[in-house]
Amino acid sequence: MSELTLTVMRLGFLAVLWLFVIVAVQVIRSDLFGTRVTQRGSRRGNAPDTRAPQQNTGGGRQQAAPPPQQQRQRRGAPTKLVVSEGSLTGTTVALQGQTITLGRAHDSTIVLDDDYASSRHARIYPDRDGNWIVEDLGSTNGTYLDRNRLTTPQPIPLGAPIRIGKTVIELRK
Amino acid sequence: MSVVTNTTTIGAIEAPSRRNTELLMLAFAVAIPVFAYANVGLAKDGSLPAGMLGYGIGLSLLAGVAHLMMRKFAKYADPLMLPIATLLNGLGLVLIWRLDQEPSLGKAMAPNQLMWSTVGVALFLGVLLVLKDHRVLQRYTYISMVVALVLLILPMFFPGVNGAKIWITIPGVGSLQPGEFAKIIIAIFFAGYLMVKRDALALASRRFMGMYLPRGRDLGPILAIWALSLMILIFETDLGTSLLFFGLFVIMLYVATERTSWVVFGLTLSAAGAVGVAAFATHVQSRVNDWLNPLATKCVNGECGLVTETAQAMFSFGSGGLFGSGLGQGYSRFIGGIAPKSDYILATVGEELGLTGLMAIILLYGLLIERGIRTALAARDPFGKLLAIGLSGAFALQVFVVAGGVTGLIPLTGMTMPFLAQGGSSVIANWALVAILLRISDTARRPAPAPAPSPDAEMTQVVRT
Repeated sequence: MSELTLTVMRLGFLAVLWLFVIVAVQVIRSDLFGTRVTQRGSRRGNAPDTRAPQQNTGGGRQQAAPPPQQQRQRRGAPTKLVVSEGSLTGTTVALQGQTITLGRAHDSTIVLDDDYASSRHARIYPDRDGNWIVEDLGSTNGTYLDRNRLTTPQPIPLGAPIRIGKTVIELRK
Repeated sequence: MSVVTNTTTIGAIEAPSRRNTELLMLAFAVAIPVFAYANVGLAKDGSLPAGMLGYGIGLSLLAGVAHLMMRKFAKYADPLMLPIATLLNGLGLVLIWRLDQEPSLGKAMAPNQLMWSTVGVALFLGVLLVLKDHRVLQRYTYISMVVALVLLILPMFFPGVNGAKIWITIPGVGSLQPGEFAKIIIAIFFAGYLMVKRDALALASRRFMGMYLPRGRDLGPILAIWALSLMILIFETDLGTSLLFFGLFVIMLYVATERTSWVVFGLTLSAAGAVGVAAFATHVQSRVNDWLNPLATKCVNGECGLVTETAQAMFSFGSGGLFGSGLGQGYSRFIGGIAPKSDYILATVGEELGLTGLMAIILLYGLLIERGIRTALAARDPFGKLLAIGLSGAFALQVFVVAGGVTGLIPLTGMTMPFLAQGGSSVIANWALVAILLRISDTARRPAPAPAPSPDAEMTQVVRT
């Protein structure tokens, strides 16, 4: 056997041995970061079908719901809820067909730290056609949509302020 | 003031079984030894060795059967342990076969080693089949103590080999190193015992100089194990075994109680014991002398001017350099004396694969141990945790004791490099050890069964009052 072949084999063997070690470390690495975290596209309204969004039901029990009936959201449908005034200013919640509860209760989607809010103040949910509806849950100080106190569930126009105590939220695209 | 912003969602964890990863790694782990085999043949004779096909098929069969059984019986177990063990075993086979090519090193051992590896894999499968749940072992805490003691004491009644009495010779069958099996069994005992007693050992203590001093009566077990390991050292004159058992106990005690004081006690006791025994036992003494003065010449059977084996091993590491001389092109035949194929196989690795190859091998051991400790972290029951720590600790100690001995860090002891070195008991016992670790890891990584739907999980209605 020529000297060159043997040298190549010698170094090649070491390389293969180290390659095994490196692949093994890669396996460990993928084992450590095995849980897949998907970024929810807040710019795009349509959630991929594989997601199991958290549903916050009236009782606040969070549970993984089966994927919601995927309705093509119409153009111009709101994709996020933004808090524009109050202590939580700047908070956004992506709208993915889940019910959003507001109130001082700890299990609310948005926990309001507001003396004028009731523990279960209001909820925002999509109806069958994908319109977002706001409903007052019998709060003490009321929920205002565009200066009118809510008495019945009402659809929310894009950008209309919803006032709860000192907090104002609105839906945006 | 917490706000749930639904910006990220953690995808449903569908609990990957990682068996396909394991299959790929296994194929890799079989290919590397076959490559090494071809390399040795080309270097020695200039042609591919005749047995290459059979050897490759044999190793792939072993790995394949083990993998299929894993798919069936330990679906969620760690994907790395089996490939690493296969690779180390395969490399060991190649190295032994390579040393068999040197006529001066005695009769061929590789066929035997392949046979023992087969037995080892069979035991591996047996453990996976029989042991459906590692917690069953907890029932045998005290039985395993007795069995381990018997296994440890038995070699005293058999004649020593090369000065160390760690063998049982059964006429007609061969010899057995019971210490290899005892390390698994005693880990079971320690795990069961410490699980029950750890609170007493951890909490009932006084603080003194920033250290927790255990009560006198709690010192009992550690002193008993210490005395036992000293007895092994004195009567069986084997530093490795005694270090392994005492070290294993201290590791498990530390993990169970989280008290550093046990480590301090353990190190003090073992140092005192080793120094004390080294002063009396001539066999241990000579090993220590070889370690302290490796370049001294000595006389064996009237032939003088012989250099110590420690020095020979060091020379082989030195001549290997960074990249080694290449498989089959070293001068391992000059590592004379007793055990180039078992105790000193690491010297051959160091010479023919160089520092680079030696590091890779040691890293492989490290990865195997890491997976064991990871298993301990992931295990949910305290017994499984302690057992996994104990088994990987024993494995780690063994690797340390052998590698340290061969490279001249500590006095040489009569243990074998797990999987790599020639020796039936070692291969069989270590396959069983890996099987138990895989069983624990399967239990730990198995996804929890879906909870039964309870009426509470129904949507709560908001009732307006």
